[in-house]
Amino acid sequence: MLPLPPEASATLADAERKPRKLGLFFWLSIGWVALVIVLAVFAGVLPIPDPNAQRSGLNLNPSVHHLLGTDGLGRDMFARVVYAARVSLTVGFASIALGLAVGGTMGVIAGYYRGRIDRVLMAAVDVMLAFPALVFALAIVTFLGQNLRNVTIAIAVISIAPIARIVRASTLTFAQRDFVLAARTLGASNRRIILREILPNVAIPIGSFSFIAVALAVVGEGGLAFLGLSVHAPTATWGGMINDGRSFLQDHPNLSLIPSAVLFATVLALNFAGDTLRSRFDVKDVSV
Amino acid sequence: MRAVAGKILYLIPVLFAVSALSFGMLKLLPGDPAVNILGPSATPAAVKTLHKQLGLDQPVVNQYGRFVWNALHGDLGRSYQNNQPTTESLRQRLPVTLELLVLSQLLALLVSVPIAIRAAVRPDGLLDRISTSASFGFLALPPYIVGVVLVLLFAVRFHIFPATGYTPLTQNPFENLRSLTLPSITLALAELATYLRLLRADMITTLQEDFITMARAKGMPPRRILWRHAFRPSSFSLVTVAGLNFGRLIGGTFIVEILFALPGIGELTVNSIFSNDYLVVQGTVLLVAVGYVLVNFLVDLLYVVIDPRVRHAAAAA
Amino acid sequence: MSAPLLEVDNLVTHFRSDRGLVRAVDGVSFSLERGQTLGIVGESGCGKTVLSRSIMGLLPPKNVVIGGHVRFEGRDLGALRAVDMRRVWGAEIAMVFQDPMTSLNPVMRIGVQVTEGLRVHLDMDKDRATETAIALLKSVGIPEAERRMHQYPFELSGGMRQRVTIAIAIACGPKLLIADEPTTALDVTVQAQILNLLQDKQRERHMAMILVTHDLGVVAGRTDHIAVMYAGKIVETAPTATLFTEMRMPYTEALIRSIPKPAAPSHTRLRAIEGRPPDLVRPPVGCNFAPRCPYARDKCHDHEPPLEGGEHAFACWYPI
Repeated sequence: MLPLPPEASATLADAERKPRKLGLFFWLSIGWVALVIVLAVFAGVLPIPDPNAQRSGLNLNPSVHHLLGTDGLGRDMFARVVYAARVSLTVGFASIALGLAVGGTMGVIAGYYRGRIDRVLMAAVDVMLAFPALVFALAIVTFLGQNLRNVTIAIAVISIAPIARIVRASTLTFAQRDFVLAARTLGASNRRIILREILPNVAIPIGSFSFIAVALAVVGEGGLAFLGLSVHAPTATWGGMINDGRSFLQDHPNLSLIPSAVLFATVLALNFAGDTLRSRFDVKDVSV
Repeated sequence: MRAVAGKILYLIPVLFAVSALSFGMLKLLPGDPAVNILGPSATPAAVKTLHKQLGLDQPVVNQYGRFVWNALHGDLGRSYQNNQPTTESLRQRLPVTLELLVLSQLLALLVSVPIAIRAAVRPDGLLDRISTSASFGFLALPPYIVGVVLVLLFAVRFHIFPATGYTPLTQNPFENLRSLTLPSITLALAELATYLRLLRADMITTLQEDFITMARAKGMPPRRILWRHAFRPSSFSLVTVAGLNFGRLIGGTFIVEILFALPGIGELTVNSIFSNDYLVVQGTVLLVAVGYVLVNFLVDLLYVVIDPRVRHAAAAA
Repeated sequence: MSAPLLEVDNLVTHFRSDRGLVRAVDGVSFSLERGQTLGIVGESGCGKTVLSRSIMGLLPPKNVVIGGHVRFEGRDLGALRAVDMRRVWGAEIAMVFQDPMTSLNPVMRIGVQVTEGLRVHLDMDKDRATETAIALLKSVGIPEAERRMHQYPFELSGGMRQRVTIAIAIACGPKLLIADEPTTALDVTVQAQILNLLQDKQRERHMAMILVTHDLGVVAGRTDHIAVMYAGKIVETAPTATLFTEMRMPYTEALIRSIPKPAAPSHTRLRAIEGRPPDLVRPPVGCNFAPRCPYARDKCHDHEPPLEGGEHAFACWYPI
């Protein structure tokens, strides 16, 4: 590569313009996530067997009665996967929503006001980031009890610091722009500027990043569940199912593979959707 | 020099905060920590003794002070299960976790670097597109999925590697590596994807720099240009990320150790959690957290030392 | 008569872009003998940098259309394989770039950047290469050469860095040196020193040199011939003295007139050239300079004047 004459470089840049359309895979990803959400939400009213009923035979192959077979305790796999989706998705979305509320606020305030507030907040963020995340989450769940609420809180807490950092970075780029200055010279109060000028602009890149954040939260919950530290058994969790299936790897690998595949597909879909949105809206690559 | 002093000054409060958090975890327990440790069937007398033992009748600040003081002297309490000093358990288990970390990082780097470099030379070429898609997939595969699949393929179906278990290095190096192969690959996959993406993007930028054109104009062979001229500046951010990854990886090692039954720090922590051995948990959390902070600090320092451009910026500032 | 050292024969470099074909270099021809200096002068965007890269053959293969020939010592450079081309680069033809801060590798020590050429092209061992490098650095006027070998580029001043790039360029004894705006990124006080250095080295080693610049002052006393470039074509070429005294092409006149004269009274208006350079994708029919030429007549807008005239060639229907 070498410095091309200005005319040439301008036109080559045009050639590299980002595609306008979101693409088939994007919509497939959204579709998959939507499907999982719908199934999870309406699980109760759908004709799905009880995920905890140990009625049928053990480790059955897929059949009309059991779409994905049964597990080592005779529970319907399909039902368990769907109900487990409830846990994962609830934790995923709720924890990030919380994280955005707290971390996002911190980030916006730090990025907008700068100065001492910025330094104090970022010091706090640095300390939080200094603590290894999984250990933190483990501690919270262990010491507060293993239920949906606490797992959500645990993941939310470890998401605050990274989210604060990213929101701050995004706020910084907007807070310096002219339209903010213009609003200020028109006499708008800081609160008004933040709400009417900064937030709507920050929401776009953060929105696309949120998909990826939810994916990370789902992976995190899966890890906790795998270790047996998410919601208590017998509630189905994807991570828990994967762990349960380990004892049957020799003869019935599906017990682990099915929840693995579903988790993988969901995380992949969320990642892909987030990434596509991010490049579509041309945000700088901000690393966590 | 001033920058280094500044970093050290910053380090101390962070260490304090981290140790306070580790200490405070036990305080998070609802109810009486002693009862939690001893279990519901504890007698009031036993509870009282434990109170005294743990210094729980002292003010919180004193307790914290005692905690830090003890820790600095290598005393992290004892396991309630087997009365083994936590420091001793950690000393035995640390090499396992470290070996796992080192092997997995080496593996990730050895694979990602050549691929990233080749991909950067021909962006959007076949290798680039395949490796980018693969990376994307790997990033969606957490260790607990990868590990299980690897065990299924290479331990259960084809008996190449052991599904669980660990052989110490001193005992049998070959078996040691064999027992750590699947765990290392498991941990390496996600890191591989991160490094690949990072290095590729960095290299593409570097390859557009003037000094690369100059190197070509000097008639330097392509391989030399790639590695000596282009990889060098790009490698610095890679090294930094690899170092900073240490903390993130801790979570991964916990899971991998449980999966593969490796007697490392992660296994100790998780098992202690299940057996309510909270003092041990507190000790290991402190070690891990402090270790993380120190490693980050060292990487920060190292970066200033090895990258001439950073020194230049510091000198100019 | 033996073949000239460098023979550029109707060189064409076009870039494919979304908007069409960018005709950066549109048929340039000249030749150069050993020991001669050619100055290539033109505004930014006239294609002179692309020309210098095209002569070297340094352009990326994608989206580039090359036509014409570049012959070095009789050999067609375009026909060489990559591995042979690499033997030419550095050892036979060398280049000095515009900005020494970006053309030197920031994370490699000066010493290595000088010695690697010696080791690759001249097969020197480490010690000999180091000795030679130190001597080279001394010869380009860098004090404390031994110490500098271990330093990084950022530790040197701009002028010194450019001296280093010159040392690197001449290290393997090339026959042709192409200097692409060698002083543009430097302080004015340093510019003359660097230009003198280039001239000295050229004489010492009997090299051919091409000085590419937008600044007529740079080429005034230091070149044998000057080629004036406009919109990808050479519009006038002449021995240096002749160009300044007997310019024929209006563009050349405008260029020379636009140089501010320190001796002029204060508040004299600067004589800029009206208008803007043409679009290289859709150049005007007829003479490229016609839209901006104060003497333009109908024929100029309709028919492109050919470059003709032997030693003093120009492309103009109505030379001045």
